[in-house]
Amino acid sequence: MTDTVTRQPAPRISEDLDRLVIRFAGDSGDGMQLTGDRFTSASALFGNDLATLPDFPAEIRAPAGTLHGVSAFQVQVASETVTTPGDAPTVLVAMNPAALRSELDRLEAGGTVIVNSDAFEERNLDKAGYTDDPLTDGTLDGYTTYLVPMTSLTKEVCKDLGVKPRDAERSKNFFALGVVSWLFDRPTQPTLDWIDVKFGKRPLVAAANAAAFKAGHAFGETTEMFQATYKVRPAELEPGTYTSINGNTALSWGLIAAAQQAKLPLFLASYPITPASDVLHELSGRKNFGVRTFQAEDEIAAACAAVGASFGGHIGVTTTSGPGLALKAETIGLALSIELPLLVIDIQRGGPSTGLPTKTEASDLNLALYGRHGEAPLPVVAAYSPSQCFFAAIEAVRIALKYRTPVILLSDGYLANGSEPWRLPDLEDLPDISVDFTTRFNDADEEGNPVFQPYKRDPQTLARPWAVPGTPDLMHRVGGLEKEDVTGNISYTPANHGLMTELRAAKVDGIAADIPPTMLDSDGPATVAVLSWGSVWGSVTSAVRRVRAGGPAVDHLHLTHLNPLHADLGDLLGRYRTVLVPEMNLGQLASIVRSRYLIDVKSITKVEGVPFTASEIAAAIAGAVDDD
Amino acid sequence: MTTDMSTGPTTTKADWTSDQEPRWCPGCGDYSILSAMQLLMPQLGARPENTVFVSGIGCAARFPYYMKTYGMHGIHGRAPALATGLATCRPDLDVWVVGGDGDILSIGGNHLLHALRRNVNIKILLFNNQIYGLTKGQYSPTSEIGKVTKSTPLGSVDEPLNPLSVALGAEATFVARTHDMDRTHMQDMFRRAWEHAGAAFVEVYQNCNVFNDGAFAEITKKDKRPSMLITLQHGEPIRFGAEGERGVIMNRSGELQLVDVADVGEENLLVHDERAETPSLAFALSRLSSGPFMPTPIGVFRAVEGPEYASQVSRQLAFAQDRSGPGDLAALLRSRATWEVA
Ligand SMILES: Cc1ncc(C[n+]2csc(CCOP(=O)(O)OP(=O)(O)O)c2C)c(N)n1
Ligand code: SF4
Ligand SMILES: [Mg+2]
Repeated sequence: MTDTVTRQPAPRISEDLDRLVIRFAGDSGDGMQLTGDRFTSASALFGNDLATLPDFPAEIRAPAGTLHGVSAFQVQVASETVTTPGDAPTVLVAMNPAALRSELDRLEAGGTVIVNSDAFEERNLDKAGYTDDPLTDGTLDGYTTYLVPMTSLTKEVCKDLGVKPRDAERSKNFFALGVVSWLFDRPTQPTLDWIDVKFGKRPLVAAANAAAFKAGHAFGETTEMFQATYKVRPAELEPGTYTSINGNTALSWGLIAAAQQAKLPLFLASYPITPASDVLHELSGRKNFGVRTFQAEDEIAAACAAVGASFGGHIGVTTTSGPGLALKAETIGLALSIELPLLVIDIQRGGPSTGLPTKTEASDLNLALYGRHGEAPLPVVAAYSPSQCFFAAIEAVRIALKYRTPVILLSDGYLANGSEPWRLPDLEDLPDISVDFTTRFNDADEEGNPVFQPYKRDPQTLARPWAVPGTPDLMHRVGGLEKEDVTGNISYTPANHGLMTELRAAKVDGIAADIPPTMLDSDGPATVAVLSWGSVWGSVTSAVRRVRAGGPAVDHLHLTHLNPLHADLGDLLGRYRTVLVPEMNLGQLASIVRSRYLIDVKSITKVEGVPFTASEIAAAIAGAVDDD
Repeated sequence: MTTDMSTGPTTTKADWTSDQEPRWCPGCGDYSILSAMQLLMPQLGARPENTVFVSGIGCAARFPYYMKTYGMHGIHGRAPALATGLATCRPDLDVWVVGGDGDILSIGGNHLLHALRRNVNIKILLFNNQIYGLTKGQYSPTSEIGKVTKSTPLGSVDEPLNPLSVALGAEATFVARTHDMDRTHMQDMFRRAWEHAGAAFVEVYQNCNVFNDGAFAEITKKDKRPSMLITLQHGEPIRFGAEGERGVIMNRSGELQLVDVADVGEENLLVHDERAETPSLAFALSRLSSGPFMPTPIGVFRAVEGPEYASQVSRQLAFAQDRSGPGDLAALLRSRATWEVA
């Protein structure tokens, strides 16, 4: 049904919604990420729970108006807790024909479409591949459609501000934001304040954006096009101070926190790559925390510089995405062999090769676990929600320092850019992860003279001593050639190599006793469980909740550590008749679980650059319950 | 953490010699470089605990094992990158990099360029034997054209790199050349590199007596040196020969040329200026000889001051702390819009 402005005035109603999934879509140049971000912030400040999914093309400025230039931002806001950006959007804001064409399919049946009707002119229709005008040819039948001439109305209100028409047109995203802010009863002040701060140095731009935003809001109120406004009440969240955070920021702050909890300086070496670069950017701006950042000439140099930093007693960290992780393999092997702390962070994206740089995937698990020559096991930790990246970073640093080992921390594009409200932790509760450098001789030679043995291990952790340059008397050499147990001298002795190989493996295996158990979410005896790792946690959590509501019991097991696996996992898995393993890859964890525990789990896979929806997983669970 | 160098006890060669037996072939040039270094260190007043040798892979790269200092035998080609991270975090240390021509110019060529252009305070010693020693004798990026090796049975067809030209092309602030047959000259060059505040690059002609024996003999044998080695000295006319009878001039077209001093007159000889702001003269000197069969300059080609990387990094940290105050994590977590839920 297409509303028109000529309708009879009707009394306005205000309806309550439990949740709203809105998707903003437009050309890359239309500012949709910013619009979505603003809507999200206003909703967060209002007290909703929410989760976001930015979805943008790899090209910075694909040709305007084309399908591959469409940039979208989806957010779910709710009056209850949510863990995903929502399945099908209930509302689509489409700024041009290409956006409508590429996004309409996602909209739920009977959903609402708000379009910038000014953009539906012949040239744009052509570029989007429409032969007829979708606004009039029946394409939108079955949806509630609002046609709003956003471009012309924005130009109109900016006329008297002295802004050039071309510049004025750029503010049309704020007009759109104004319209939806009215329609969904969002507070306006946070956005106006934000405009003031953000564009303070460019008063004309600030004025145009503020005017467009207010005009959009007023348009909603006065045109009578909209018969109702909708309200999503604040969610009942745990008391505390909240901020809205995405995974890359949480990760960066987690690294800073880790350095403070370890009482050691942080050194981040990185080579720019989507979607990891924002960690480099964020930490480069935090020099007052004593953070040294280094933009290296390539990923190998970045990893090596981080190893050099660790040798010097700093926390060496290197951030990257899949292609970069492949390049770092040899260096990680070196860190593993010389048994120094190193944190390698892989923000996974679609692969192989350049793959889908801006889309999410969780297909580097095998690379993280096995992507080195030789017997080269190392701990792998995976973050599971944007805000949890903060704690995952601290945990990964803890393990690296305590066990003098490289650790790979897996995040992904969805976590990196997705945001959610985060109840700020009490910093007092963060763990003390400090370790001691060795500063004295730790052994005696045959004549009883004190000596330093760089490979004399701690009997409990099997970690070797960490003596940093500058420490008198403890001068020693480390290197990638096989080392003799205890002394660390080069050794090619067969039995010693066997021993060292086993010691390195035992050290990593032993960490199982030093990590939390599997995350178990259970609401009663169940025969079906879902096993997850990484960001799919969010979709599984929602799906499980949905299935349980009035339906059968189903458990959710989640892994925060992929190597070593949680000590209780084998026993836990043995409890169920059916275990589903949904993954954004072709079943990498499923294979590991099968070979390790001889349990024939059911693999559910999706490798399409977008996260699982909760309904996809709920359907899989329902199917499993039926077959069970 | 560090010991004050001025008050530390004096050291001897033994204090710089590790308990590990060198595993180079008998007669290898690496031995003389090692002992030159071990003898030099006490003279410098350096402290073993504040000294780190970092290397990649190759025969040359075994060097750190034999120095009784901190050391890291890394991975092939990456020593400059490993050392950059260390030197950036720990400006209090003396960080040396040792590697072969394959290590530093082939697999690690990129890292060399970037370490030099950043001017990180690391001292890079390239042991150039014009061959891959450790992998048993393949040609290297400094092998002469036509080199017959196991991987080039009909002779190599690729043009070699000139290490000094490469370093100068990256505008290294310190560039020098020496050879393994002259301990005093090596020590002079290592000392100058050590004193230099920034990245230093020293090419050491090194004899691999197993796979490329005598590669430099034409210029480094004692009786050949006067006529074949042109010893550069800052501020001095460039001349060589037993009686100083040969010299270098810049001709009318701006090219360097070898001449008999008698023919041109002493006053027309080129005067060496290692401190010249642009690397052009040093670059021309690096091109003077096409290989170790022609009169070849050794000594310091270039030594100029430039902002050192690690100190710049430290300065930025100090500046950021002055400007924003020391980092406050609780405040950082609240630095964006926050709201309270009661
Ligand atoms: C990644 C990698 N590729 C190849 C090798 C094999 N390799 C070891 S040393 C070397 C070349 C050594 O030549 P050079 O650097 O000139 O040192 P030299 O032995 O001559 O001192 C090669 C190819 C390796 N160790 N690692
Ligand atoms: S192979 Fe050549 S460079 Fe290597 S140790 Fe033997 S002589 Fe020296
Ligand atoms: Mg060599």
